[in-house]
Amino acid sequence: MISRAFDFLSRRIDGPLAAALALTISLGLAVVYSASAGSMDRTFGQVRNLAIAAVALWIFAQIHPRVLMQVALPTYLAGLALLVGVALFGEIRNGARRWLNLGFTTIQPSEVMKIAVPLVLAWYFHRREEGLRLRDFLLAAVLLVIPVGLIARQPDLGTALLIFASGFFVIFLAGLSWKVLGTLVALGGAALPFVWSVMHDYQRQRILTLLDPSQDPLGAGYHIIQSTIAIGSGGILGKGWLNGTQAQLDFVPERSTDFILAVFGEEFGLVGNVILMVLYLLIIARGMMITANASTVFSRLAAGAITLTFFTYAVVNMGMVSGILPVVGVPLPMVSYGGTALLSMLAGFGILMSISTHKQLVAS
Amino acid sequence: MIGQAMRDQQRELTVFRNRLMLLGLAILVAFGVLLARFTWLQVVQQSYYHTLAEQNRISVVPVVPNRGLILDRNGLVLAANYSAYTLEVTPSKVASVERAIDELARVIDVSARDRRRFRKLAEESKNFESLPIRTRLTEEEVARFAVNRYRFPGFEIKARPFRSYPQGEVASHAIGYIGRINDADVKRIDAAGLTTNYKGTDHIGKLGIEGAYEKELHGITGSEQVEIDAGGRAIRSLSRNEPVSGNNLVMTLDLKLQKIAEQAFGDYKGALVAIDPRNGEVLALVSQPGFDPNLFVDGIDPQSWDALNNSPDKPLNNRALRGQYPPGSTIKPFMALAALESKKRNPEYAISDPGYFTLAGVAHRYGDWKKGGHGMVNMHKAIEVSCDTYFYGLANEMGIDLIHNYMTRFGFGSRTGIDIDGELPGLAPSQEWKMQRFHQKWYAGDTVSVGIGQGYMLATPLQLATATAILANGGRPVHPHLLEAVQDAKTREMHPVQMPQDDAQPVVKRENLDFIRAAMIDVTKPGGTAVVAFSNAPYAVAAKTGSAQVVGMKQGEKYDERRMKKEHWDNALFIAFAPADDPKIAVGIMVENGQHGGSTAAPIARQMFDYYLLGKEPAPKKAAPKPDESTPPDTAEEEHD
Repeated sequence: MISRAFDFLSRRIDGPLAAALALTISLGLAVVYSASAGSMDRTFGQVRNLAIAAVALWIFAQIHPRVLMQVALPTYLAGLALLVGVALFGEIRNGARRWLNLGFTTIQPSEVMKIAVPLVLAWYFHRREEGLRLRDFLLAAVLLVIPVGLIARQPDLGTALLIFASGFFVIFLAGLSWKVLGTLVALGGAALPFVWSVMHDYQRQRILTLLDPSQDPLGAGYHIIQSTIAIGSGGILGKGWLNGTQAQLDFVPERSTDFILAVFGEEFGLVGNVILMVLYLLIIARGMMITANASTVFSRLAAGAITLTFFTYAVVNMGMVSGILPVVGVPLPMVSYGGTALLSMLAGFGILMSISTHKQLVAS
Repeated sequence: MIGQAMRDQQRELTVFRNRLMLLGLAILVAFGVLLARFTWLQVVQQSYYHTLAEQNRISVVPVVPNRGLILDRNGLVLAANYSAYTLEVTPSKVASVERAIDELARVIDVSARDRRRFRKLAEESKNFESLPIRTRLTEEEVARFAVNRYRFPGFEIKARPFRSYPQGEVASHAIGYIGRINDADVKRIDAAGLTTNYKGTDHIGKLGIEGAYEKELHGITGSEQVEIDAGGRAIRSLSRNEPVSGNNLVMTLDLKLQKIAEQAFGDYKGALVAIDPRNGEVLALVSQPGFDPNLFVDGIDPQSWDALNNSPDKPLNNRALRGQYPPGSTIKPFMALAALESKKRNPEYAISDPGYFTLAGVAHRYGDWKKGGHGMVNMHKAIEVSCDTYFYGLANEMGIDLIHNYMTRFGFGSRTGIDIDGELPGLAPSQEWKMQRFHQKWYAGDTVSVGIGQGYMLATPLQLATATAILANGGRPVHPHLLEAVQDAKTREMHPVQMPQDDAQPVVKRENLDFIRAAMIDVTKPGGTAVVAFSNAPYAVAAKTGSAQVVGMKQGEKYDERRMKKEHWDNALFIAFAPADDPKIAVGIMVENGQHGGSTAAPIARQMFDYYLLGKEPAPKKAAPKPDESTPPDTAEEEHD
């Protein structure tokens, strides 16, 4: 009975990936507990978020990649429609128009796009398998730029960046020629002044603050200064769980969400950071293996994009909290408190597992 | 075709694998960079960030010491501390302070005066300072605010020590007051290197004893290390270094004597200083009208300030130290002494007083206060009846520079050095002074006026009292001072103030002094100008009355108080010491527009002497002379100056 239940639950679940994820998540829960000043409410809230996300992972793991490929375009189009809806009727919270009120609940359509964009691009390249031309890449770029543009306009730079990254990985892995890539990079460099001019003030401020946090120590620079102090003061071994002064005395802002690495780094030190990075690398390595062994273009590209997006999450967050990247709203994957990011991420890993466990059937 | 597709597929897969490897490499590089960053922060820079984190977490809060008490010579409290709740606001934390205060007024009482005071305070302070909007909150008000606290971010209830002056206006000019530290104070504190000791201190002594002995009164600020959170709230105390309270000060003032003196002034303006001639202790220091120093403690409101500052009565002016008045006839004993000392006159020399004096070759008549004169007048009588004619001639014979020389020996023309700030030097004129001041030569006529304490001669009531004390103590220098002893806050030990023990030679000869003293005793005897005030006094009093013109008088113009504005009436002056044979108290009194020293100033001295020497308190009410214009002026001859 028990073994049958276990069989059911572990159906199409990739063991190594699941183990690495479970370890990271457990570590995350301990930090969320510390970062919420020992309040169980937040910790239980995160457990509930995890439960929901785990269910999503399991469900996605059961879905055949072929089905995912079939729903990719409709999902993408629906997501696009919702994004337009947000732009037209969205609710403004904290100065950004990100939420859409559906009457019974409010949603952030940009979260849907985190999955839909890499899938639709993978689907697109899968269909154009033979002889990809520049024209195909151009169209793919359009598929990518529309949602990214809409999300960046909300403004939600963090999410836009992540979705752009996921799409870019698909295009890159699909084989976009280096010549075009080089040209794009050159053009992008040339367009920087223009980008600067259309950026929101707070976005510009974040970049300026990164370059010199001390010029605004109580304003925008405060986050970075306090989080680097927290991490640095943690030393090699850390101050111990629940004993970080920067964290416990409230000096680290957003300490249970985007800046949770400051709490972790302060309390667990360099050793903790290395362990976390090793766990991330294990997850990424497993993802890369799945990607390399995937049997169709779609599954290859989708798996690669999901893995690399996860990597982007981790690096952007760790880079920003440790003060080497600008502050964008990106959570620390599997650790930061919050349900939506966790849901889209674990759903992504579900897809990865589905790709990993379904490949033999397709190979023939 | 299929082969082509296969090849394409194969080629694509190769590209894909290559690129995946490339990305794998990029991932390793990225994690490598992060590892380097973490190593830099957590290993190389660890101690730097550790320090920053500790600085964040640990706040050293100053613990303000209790200010020393101020007591009178008998231990009665003149300045004390009490703790009270204040409601303070940090303007920088509030969007609109005015609106917040309107809101606040619905919760606790905020008077118009509180608002005015706060507005003035806010103008003078930096907006990140915590400023009191209401002081002395009741328990109920504290509770009511606490319930509504969430509505008032930036507002905080604090228990603060307050200064109180339980005697109100009494001795206000001697005690002084404390006020909030202003920019000028900050500069002085910084210059004195006391910046650390004044951390957390809001108030500083501004005037009087409070100002002069700030150093003794303030104490040593302690400190407490507290762990704070990002909002600055103290979480727990880590260590504490106790403050050392300020020392208590015992003043030389006798509160009871001071009160009697102030009441004796009635509604008159003026000033008085009483000194123990044996040691220079100031027993009473009156400047009327006074002010309530309590008004200044938590910042005076503009209306009260204007009322004090613009009042024609100038209550903030310390007349005892800063009022420079012509001493009038009270200068005569000193003139006589100077003439004896310089051998310009011998005591027996007598003049026949026609009621005026003329300089050779000049038509101007220097009139005596008594029409027709006093007849034959020698030095003793000249003092007793206050003969002007005698002193006109005496001064003329001495010449101004010799007069200047002797007047300075009694302390005229220079500050006495009393131990509170603000003293003015008065003026003992000389040829040199006039040349410097007016670029004019000195005229003989100038000297004649100085002979009766008019003209250029100016003295403060403190100088009059000090000079009188010199007469009383046998001619030895007197150093008037207000501080008697410092009580150590910790050990409770009393440390009496050490005055400079200059056993300097008496400034005058004993026999000359005895002669003057005898004449001054007769001033309070039948025939003298102060006989009425001292009738039946069971102790001997040596005294001299005086009155001095406030406005210049033309030749032949008659002084008639009924036709003059009250503020142009003569000032009444009086100096005295008692008991004459063993002086324990010397006074210098100036009553503005009191007209006659014998009738308005001398009774004040009588009440003081009766209390100080006999323990007799004045009968209530009738004591004070009223400057009532309908009262007919004194006509008794001996009360005229």
